[in-house]
Amino acid sequence: MNTERNLSVDFAGVRMKNPVTTASGTFGSGMEFEEFVDLNGLGAVTTKGVASVPWEGNPVPRICETYGGMLNAIGLQNPGIDVFIERDLPFLQKYDTNIIVNVCGKTPEEYVEVVRRLAAEKISLLEINISCPNVKAGGIAFGQNPKLVEKITREIKDVAKQPVMMKLSPNVTDITEMAKAAEAGGADAISLINTLTGMKIDIHRRSFALANKTGGLSGPAIKPVAVRMVYQAAHAVKIPVLGMGGIRNAEDALEFIMAGASMVAVGTYQFHHPSAAADVVQGIEAFMEENGVKDIKELIGCV
Amino acid sequence: MAKRKVLAQVASQERLSGEIYSMWISFSEEDNIAEEAQAGQFLSLYCREGSRLLPRPISICEIDREKGRLRLVYRVAGEGTREFSTLQEGDTIEVLGPLGNGFTKKEGKSILIGGGIGIPPMLELAKALFKAGGKKEDIQVVLGYRDNDLFLKEEFAPYAEVFVSTEDGSVGTKGNVIDAVNEHQISGGEVYACGPLPMLRGVKAYAKEHHIPAQISMEERMACGIGACLVCVCMSKETDAHSHVKNKRVCKDGPVFDAEEVEL
Ligand SMILES: Cc1cc2nc3c(=O)[nH]c(=O)nc-3n(C[C@H](O)[C@H](O)[C@H](O)COP(=O)(O)OP(=O)(O)OC[C@H]3O[C@@H](n4cnc5c(N)ncnc54)[C@H](O)[C@@H]3O)c2cc1C
Ligand SMILES: Cc1cc2nc3c(=O)[nH]c(=O)nc-3n(C[C@H](O)[C@H](O)[C@H](O)COP(=O)(O)O)c2cc1C
Ligand code: FES
Repeated sequence: MNTERNLSVDFAGVRMKNPVTTASGTFGSGMEFEEFVDLNGLGAVTTKGVASVPWEGNPVPRICETYGGMLNAIGLQNPGIDVFIERDLPFLQKYDTNIIVNVCGKTPEEYVEVVRRLAAEKISLLEINISCPNVKAGGIAFGQNPKLVEKITREIKDVAKQPVMMKLSPNVTDITEMAKAAEAGGADAISLINTLTGMKIDIHRRSFALANKTGGLSGPAIKPVAVRMVYQAAHAVKIPVLGMGGIRNAEDALEFIMAGASMVAVGTYQFHHPSAAADVVQGIEAFMEENGVKDIKELIGCV
Repeated sequence: MAKRKVLAQVASQERLSGEIYSMWISFSEEDNIAEEAQAGQFLSLYCREGSRLLPRPISICEIDREKGRLRLVYRVAGEGTREFSTLQEGDTIEVLGPLGNGFTKKEGKSILIGGGIGIPPMLELAKALFKAGGKKEDIQVVLGYRDNDLFLKEEFAPYAEVFVSTEDGSVGTKGNVIDAVNEHQISGGEVYACGPLPMLRGVKAYAKEHHIPAQISMEERMACGIGACLVCVCMSKETDAHSHVKNKRVCKDGPVFDAEEVEL
C-alpha cells in the first residue's frame, strides 16, 4: 500500500478507507464471501435488504441469464430485522469496515420500524431501497413518484440515527427529479442504480422465464445506462452519490467516479468473480499510481 | 480447506454419446480441489464467453484425489455446456468448488437411484460406498434412461448391482426407476437419489411408504453458488435455521436433502 495515495473519502459524514462497497443483495451479509474477499479491505459492506419481519420471497425460478447480465426476482427474501441484528451485525462488526444496512418495506411504517430498530446499532449508514412496491398506493414503487420519494425520505430522516442514503430506481422518466426529491426530503446521500425492470420469454415453454414474469436487469449490460444516470443525478444535487450498475473492474468503477460518484458498489459481477470488489480497490489504486493521482478526490466528477 | 475459485486444466474430453460428454479436469498441487471433494458435491463452471456471466453448476461424477482430478459428465443443454464441450485436452477452465454438502454415506444395504443427467453423481457415490467396505451386492444401483443410450451404465458394474429402466422399454424395465425397484423387489436401508423432479417425487413417496430414509439431490437455477444471493431456494417443511422462512438454499444447504425436510 502506497501511503502517498489517498483512496479515502468522506461520504455523508462517514469516513470510508476507500470508495468501494458491495451492492445490496449480491453479497448477503458477507458471511459467504469471507473466504474470497478480505472484508477489512473494503470501504464498506452493504447488506441484503432487511424488513421488519421475515419475507419468504418469490417462487422459483427467481433468475435467468441474459446477454451480459441477468434478471432477478428474488422478492427480497430476508430473515427480518431481529435475526439480522442478532446474527448478521455482530458478524460484520468484527471487521474494520463500514456497515451500510439496506432497508426494504411494503409500507412507510415498515421502513420506519426497521430504521427505528437500527437506531442503537453500530452501523455507518442506512440505504433505503425505494424500488419496493408500496402496497398502500396500489403497488406502484415508492421510487417512481417524486412526492412519495420526498415524503418517505422525510419520515425516515425523522427517526434515523445514522445518515440516510436513498437508493433510487432507474425505472423513471427523469432521474434528476427523484434525486432532487430525496435531497428535499433531507437525504444525506443517494445511491443508484437499482435494477431495470425486464422480461424474458422461454420460447420452448411459451412462457415467462421467471415465475414472477418480470425481473430486475443487472450486470455489465446495464452499465452505460447507470453511468448516464449517475452523471445526471450527481449534477442535480449537492449530496454525495454512490454509483453502481454492471461494474466488473476498476476501469468500470472509475467511469462512475469520474461521472460524479464519490463511492461505487460492485454487484452482479461477484457471481462471476467472487473477489471482484477487492480487485476493484486494487485496480483503482494501480490506476492512481500509473496516472500520478495522489488523491481519489481529484477524480470524482472530473469529466 | 475451503472452497476456492481456481483455474483447472482439461485432462481429457470425450463424447460418451449423443449430447453427453465426459471431461476430466486436473488441479495444481496448491489448489487441489479434488482432495476435499465428496460424492454429491458440485462445481461451478465459468464460461469464457463474457456475455455468459453466471456459473454452470455441474456434479462431481468421479474423484481421483491422488492425481488431483475430477470427472464431470454433462449434457449439452445450452450455450454454456456447448462451450465446455469444445474444450480440448490442455485447455483451461475456471471452476469454483467443491460446493454443497454431498451425500452422507450410511452402512448397510443401499439403493442408489439416478435418472437421466442425475446419473453422474451416483457413480462416485457407488465407488465411495464400495471403497468404504460395502459389499457389491449391497450397493444396488437403479438407473433411469430415456432409451437405449445407456451412458455410464457399464462403469457402475465393478462396484454395484445395476438395474435399468427405460422410458421406451428398449432395455430393462419399461417405465421409470420405481417400476424397476418394484420389478426386482429391491430393498435396502438407505436411498440416495438424483434426477428430475418427478422422479424425486416418486422416490420420496416410495421411501416414505417403505419407511426408508432417502437423501435426494435437488436442482435449481443458481447465481452465486455459495449461499449469498438466495436465488436457488427450494421449499422446506419447517422454518429454516438460516433463512428464518420456509426455504433452503440448494447450493449451500443442499444440493442433498433428507427427502422429508423439503417440499417437492
Ligand atoms: C447442483 C446441480 C448439479 C448439476 N449437475 C449436472 C451434471 O452433472 N451434468 C449435467 O449435464 N447437468 C447438471 N446440472 C444442470 C446444469 O447446471 C445445466 O444443464 C447447465 O447449467 C446448463 O447451462 P447452459 O449454458 O448449457 O444452458 P442455458 O440454458 O443456456 O443456461 C442459461 C442459464 O440457466 C442455467 N440453467 C439452465 N439449465 C439449468 C438447470 N437444469 N439447472 C440449473 N441451472 C440451469 C444455466 O446455469 C445458466 O445460468 C446440474 C445442476 C445443478 C443445480
Ligand atoms: C440477486 C440480486 C439481489 C438484489 N437485492 C437487492 C436488495 O435486496 N436491495 C437493493 O436495494 N438492491 C438489490 N439488488 C440491486 C443491486 O444492489 C444493484 O443495485 C443492481 O444489481 C445493479 O448493480 P450490478 O449490475 O452491479 O449488480 C439486487 C440485485 C441482484 C442481482
Ligand atoms: S446460488 Fe446464491 S444462494 Fe444459492
